Amino acid sequence: MSDTVQDEPALKIDSLCKAFDKPAVNELGLRVAAGEFYALLGPNGAGKTTTLRMVAGLLPPDRGAISIFGIDALRHPVEAKRITAWVSDEPMIYDKLSPHEYLEFVAGLWGVEPRVAEIRSAELLELLGLAAHAHERCGGFSKGMRQKVALAGALVHNPRLIILDEPLTGLDAGSARQVKSVLQERVAGGVTVIMTTHILEVAERMAERIGVIDRGRLIAEGTLEELRLRSGGSGSNLEDIFLDLVGGGEAAVAEFAA
Amino acid sequence: MSSASLAWFARHEVGLFWRDWSALVLRGKPARKIVVGLILAAFVIGMHIVAWLTMTGAVDLAAVDPKAVLIFVSGCALVSLSLMVSQSLEMVTRAFYARADLDLILTSPAPPARIFIIRICAIALMSVVMSAVLVAPFLNVMAFLQGPVWLLGYLALLSMSALATAIALTIAICLFATIGPKRTRIAAQVIAAIIGAGFAIAMQLVAVVYFGNMSRLSVLTSPELTASLPAHGSPLWIPARALIGDASAVLLFCLAGFGTLVLSIWAFSSRFSMLALSTAGVTELGRKMSARPTRFRAGTIRRTLRRKELVLLARDPWLLSQTLMQMLYLLVPAFLLWRNFGAEIGAVIVVVPVIVMASGQLAGGLAWLTLCGEDAPDLVQSAPMRASISLQAKIEAVLIAVGLAVAPIVVFLGFVDLGAAVITTICLILSASAATAMQVWFRKQAKRVHFRHRHASSKIATFAEAFSSICWAGVAVLLALDNPLAVVSAFFALIVLMFVWLARPRDA
Repeated sequence: MSDTVQDEPALKIDSLCKAFDKPAVNELGLRVAAGEFYALLGPNGAGKTTTLRMVAGLLPPDRGAISIFGIDALRHPVEAKRITAWVSDEPMIYDKLSPHEYLEFVAGLWGVEPRVAEIRSAELLELLGLAAHAHERCGGFSKGMRQKVALAGALVHNPRLIILDEPLTGLDAGSARQVKSVLQERVAGGVTVIMTTHILEVAERMAERIGVIDRGRLIAEGTLEELRLRSGGSGSNLEDIFLDLVGGGEAAVAEFAA
Repeated sequence: MSSASLAWFARHEVGLFWRDWSALVLRGKPARKIVVGLILAAFVIGMHIVAWLTMTGAVDLAAVDPKAVLIFVSGCALVSLSLMVSQSLEMVTRAFYARADLDLILTSPAPPARIFIIRICAIALMSVVMSAVLVAPFLNVMAFLQGPVWLLGYLALLSMSALATAIALTIAICLFATIGPKRTRIAAQVIAAIIGAGFAIAMQLVAVVYFGNMSRLSVLTSPELTASLPAHGSPLWIPARALIGDASAVLLFCLAGFGTLVLSIWAFSSRFSMLALSTAGVTELGRKMSARPTRFRAGTIRRTLRRKELVLLARDPWLLSQTLMQMLYLLVPAFLLWRNFGAEIGAVIVVVPVIVMASGQLAGGLAWLTLCGEDAPDLVQSAPMRASISLQAKIEAVLIAVGLAVAPIVVFLGFVDLGAAVITTICLILSASAATAMQVWFRKQAKRVHFRHRHASSKIATFAEAFSSICWAGVAVLLALDNPLAVVSAFFALIVLMFVWLARPRDA
């Protein structure tokens, strides 16, 4: 972490490309400042998850550059991963481990000192309302509990950049509030959060900046106010802006950019 | 065909089965139909040739004592029945726990008993098909040699499978009633493993005790057994007589088999929806790992990964039943070894290849679980480490687990014959390493719960894994006998390994 440049953006993506049968991410460029809460929106199949998976080192890009706090994530993936956490919409946990054992495992993978990890784990489990289930196997947990265990795992190594792919999908109101409040606390503490979501209200309320991605390209970006101003309707909400952009085709994007 | 009738459900199930089967065999390539057809034809012809050679060459049918034939057929039938019950128990339990379309069917106005009847009958048919693959060529050859009455054996086989399904269904229902849906699945797996291996192992144990070898044939053909059993006309021989085409015995056996199945379906079908629904809420919630929380342990990333793999392996119910099966088969050679302790080298020769082969098979299964059945691949991949560290840790976990499983018997072997123990250790390491390497080369991300279907992911790896284990077992036994042909067996083992390496998918 010491070799990272402090004034570097948390995430810098340049000309990122990835194609499967057809292009999924196409010459994508993105900047997210350190300590920012950034929401990445887009319709299904727009390339959001593919982009974030490439950032997390789970998918090699065809072309382009990814830098995390100044670390070239493609040339030095281990260093980049050390300060990054990834939470997917399908919680990555082990049914046969308890949350306590899971957090011990994750802390071990990130090389966190056991005593420190143990204290952090206890705090996180308490904060996320999982303390009573700390020593039960995750196999019987609900989607919300599993997602919270995964989030605790992502936070136990104190990452500087947290990437979340649809973290609130399928969560009940209580769990969603717990997850949101933990994320906001982290952002207040200087951590950068990048999140994809289909729940536009969440993006509207939590994100400092919002990026809209469609067909693998970033078609709009800015604060909610900036997006409103550019869309021409000061009273319009994010849903209106989003639907205008992704439903209006190239003309709407060009008009927006102008 | 009216909707939700028995025939309608049957058509639905047959359609689903056919699609699953063709997807498994053809893998989306219709051109494979010809290849699959040719392989099936070659298999059928090959099996018929084996049956022909056996029934015309090795056995002089006219000279064999009819009672000896009945004893032999009864023994084979009991082994088959135990396998059928084991297989049916596994399928019956799965039918209760399957959630795929059961929720939809159970929430529909269709009577749940109908789908239950169809699925139980399908299980009976499945288990008869699997037995028929081996038995049918012999029935066909005998029908050709001694008349079409032998074809009645097919009916007897079907009846035997109906009986096995009824037994399995009764066991499953009893388990639900006594230990509840939470524990029934794992208990059924363990019981299925014990039943599947049980009768064959019992016969081997008798052979070890009375004849000093592991051959089941020596039990079935022993004069003592022949003399002690009732005469040819006894009702005890009805199943055997049915299987060799005695029309009246077939009728009686069919009545017993199908009657038992009908009775069990009638008795249990009304409980089906209740039991299926009870399994839906089964979770491991509330299952405390330990009374006192353990402290976080220090260690390298590799050690952390290794520890996690070993914990998951130890907590895997499928693995438990599979390992139990392997251990049960090792029980007989271990017993033989104990009986011959300090006596002669003969027992050692039997034990050595069994351990080596079991190690290879066990390593293959464990390697699949750790490499392909990783439940959190994204987590491991997003951790700050080189991919090779994760791979090394998983391989180490597999080899440690295999070592722990076979160590007691190898140590025991060391007391009997140190040289054989050293040879066994070397060969089992090679066998386990080869099987693990094959899984590494053919690894493909899957879900841990799909362990049972691991063979479907790569036929090459499956066959090669088995062949490699056999070759290394051959090396071990030949080395133990100081036979230079061990080099040939080792050469074949290496050829298999090289072939698998060359055939590996390039993206693995």
